[in-house]
Amino acid sequence: MLNYFLFVVLPYMAFAIFVVVSIYRFVTNRFSYSSLSSQFLEGDELFYGSVPWHIGILGSLLGHVIGFLIPNQVLWFNSVPLRLYILEVTGLVFGLLALVGVVALFWRRVSTPKIRAVSSPMDYVVVVLLLVQVALGVFTALFYRWGSSWYAATLVPYLYSLFSFRPDLSLVVTMPLVVKLHIIGAFTILLVFPFSRLVHMFSIPITYLWRPYQVVKWNWDRERIRGQYTRDKTQIAGHK
Amino acid sequence: MDVRLQTSMVFHLDKCIGCHTCSIACKNVWTDREGAEYMWWNNVETKPGTGYPTAWEDQTKYKGGWESNGEKPGLKMGSKSSRLLNIFHNPDLPKLDDYYEPWTYEYENLFDAPEGADQPTARPVSMITGEYMEIEAGPNWDDDLSGSPVYAANDPNLDALTEEQREELFDIERLVFFYLPRICNHCLNPSCVASCPSGAIYKRGEDGVVLINQDKCRAWRMCVTACPYKKTFYNWSTGKSEKCILCFPRLETGQAPACFHSCVGRIRYLGGLLYDADKLVDSVNVPDGHLVDAHRDILLDPHDPEVRKGAMKNGIDERTLEAVERSPVYKFVKEWGLALPLHPEFRTLPMLFYVPPMLPVMANTEDGVYDTANDELFSPIEKSRLPLEFMASLFSAGNIDHVSLALKKQYAVRLFKRLETVGDIDAETVRVALEECGMDEAEAEAIYRLTSLPTMDERVVIPPSHREEALQMLNDDMWDEKGKAGLGSRNLPVRGS
Repeated sequence: MLNYFLFVVLPYMAFAIFVVVSIYRFVTNRFSYSSLSSQFLEGDELFYGSVPWHIGILGSLLGHVIGFLIPNQVLWFNSVPLRLYILEVTGLVFGLLALVGVVALFWRRVSTPKIRAVSSPMDYVVVVLLLVQVALGVFTALFYRWGSSWYAATLVPYLYSLFSFRPDLSLVVTMPLVVKLHIIGAFTILLVFPFSRLVHMFSIPITYLWRPYQVVKWNWDRERIRGQYTRDKTQIAGHK
Repeated sequence: MDVRLQTSMVFHLDKCIGCHTCSIACKNVWTDREGAEYMWWNNVETKPGTGYPTAWEDQTKYKGGWESNGEKPGLKMGSKSSRLLNIFHNPDLPKLDDYYEPWTYEYENLFDAPEGADQPTARPVSMITGEYMEIEAGPNWDDDLSGSPVYAANDPNLDALTEEQREELFDIERLVFFYLPRICNHCLNPSCVASCPSGAIYKRGEDGVVLINQDKCRAWRMCVTACPYKKTFYNWSTGKSEKCILCFPRLETGQAPACFHSCVGRIRYLGGLLYDADKLVDSVNVPDGHLVDAHRDILLDPHDPEVRKGAMKNGIDERTLEAVERSPVYKFVKEWGLALPLHPEFRTLPMLFYVPPMLPVMANTEDGVYDTANDELFSPIEKSRLPLEFMASLFSAGNIDHVSLALKKQYAVRLFKRLETVGDIDAETVRVALEECGMDEAEAEAIYRLTSLPTMDERVVIPPSHREEALQMLNDDMWDEKGKAGLGSRNLPVRGS
């Protein structure tokens, strides 16, 4: 029963809330749709936290997504031991980078008075969740080796079963406790995502690369002569 | 020709008394809030001095503004892709300590302290953490301290002076300073807009006011680095950048911005300028010494029928043009060449211009005797206590001709009026002085009138922006909203977790 709740109910609930609340928050409160940067208050420690964290977590997440999208190709790639080692070490490096980063960020948040002053309860929840999640991930990588292969062979089918609405618990229940916690952690993070600073992931400003440098906004059609409509009040009524 | 309108400004530095009334007016209206305590959208600094934030003019440190290789301007802080690569940590972001940590005092303690042998004190507490703090610096720490080698000697503009000139500057007899009030320049080529990854900062087409859309700002803080004048500020509480909005709600209702309205010395002029947006990029691709000329070249004469036709095509109303014709800024900047942009070498085309102050020598020491008498009524510009190189470093990217002309004109106007009102100088001297800067008597009289006797309506000529029409186009029921939060954004600016 507990397993059913943790590995079937929680994922669906988390995903539903993630989608609905993310959209709801974007529509109703766009002002809050970012991460509260504290670099202005403390920038030096941030460098040693934020940069390794983001590089590490982006690499790790990308690894998980690739394993999810093309599991067979990953298994084929890993069939040569050397390639398996390369993939595992790469994953571990990203994981360790993320771990170093999140530890630094956690320490900075709890130890710097100025940062504490701008931290919301949810900020602590998020940083603790991420710290635990990354620690579990790195632990798994170190002590349950060749995860790139067994993830593709067992957990990816479990995720597929969730996506196809035919949840198959048998693939999860036999997993070691650490891996189970890692799965629960992942869905918990998904659950808190729309309520936290994590929404900043949706505001990657990639369009900046091709937009022109200057942005000019006209109140309305620039060709229309402003001022002429106030002379004839009847025309304004038509606009309302 | 792409004719656009810019609401522009002139600050007449010869009239600034450094009273900071403008700063306080602005603070009370706009930045008396959590997260904005440290912001001074309007500030007044002493020159020579380091200013606010400390040594903001030093772009080797702050990386603000543009660079040009003669073909294409690029941001000094790096290319667009470098902006995205540095998005997790902006290496060139000024720190809170470059401004100052805002504080208040424990005033309650003065009333609530238990009876004892000592006077109760009001200790300073940080407005960020609420903890006790030692105050080490504030927003105007070097106010009036021009003689202080600790502050004034660090002014980046002193690099333009020779060793000898610098030493002279700090001689007690020559000691000199003037005030430099600063707000956002509402530039034609704003580097803050160009640096914003979210595209949240924009220039209003109708009047050129540069604004930050608080709903679109995603706290990347690139604008804080990019603005060479350090006039975009990061609100640490809401996680949004903010800046001077030129009091647009006041402008739209025909009132002068708060700092203009409150100015005690009446140094501030506001008016419309027409410019040719097509020539904009070319005008920043010239060598430093030509920047002021190039800047003036893109400004258009509102009386020119061709210009008026182009203006109408871009939606500028006849009544707006009428206001532009009366613009005091056009006279100061284009007709008279008296007002100059601050640090044009940053290449943002700032639209706030300064009339450089006359700082004549009032005393000499000869053989150890301090003598306040002078051979001439006003000592000539060449003997100005602050070397022209210093002024040129501030107002014309090193081109001494511009500052020299602006000062000589002011000098000639003084002689001209002295002859007229007191008559104790030679008419020939006045004629020569006027001729030297290519000025006739009518112009001298006009400069005198707009400098000394202008009414509020002559100082501030706001081009009507016809925002009332835009309001009427909103779907909001204006009568229903009356007395409530206002039109537009309804949410209180509180960040979610």
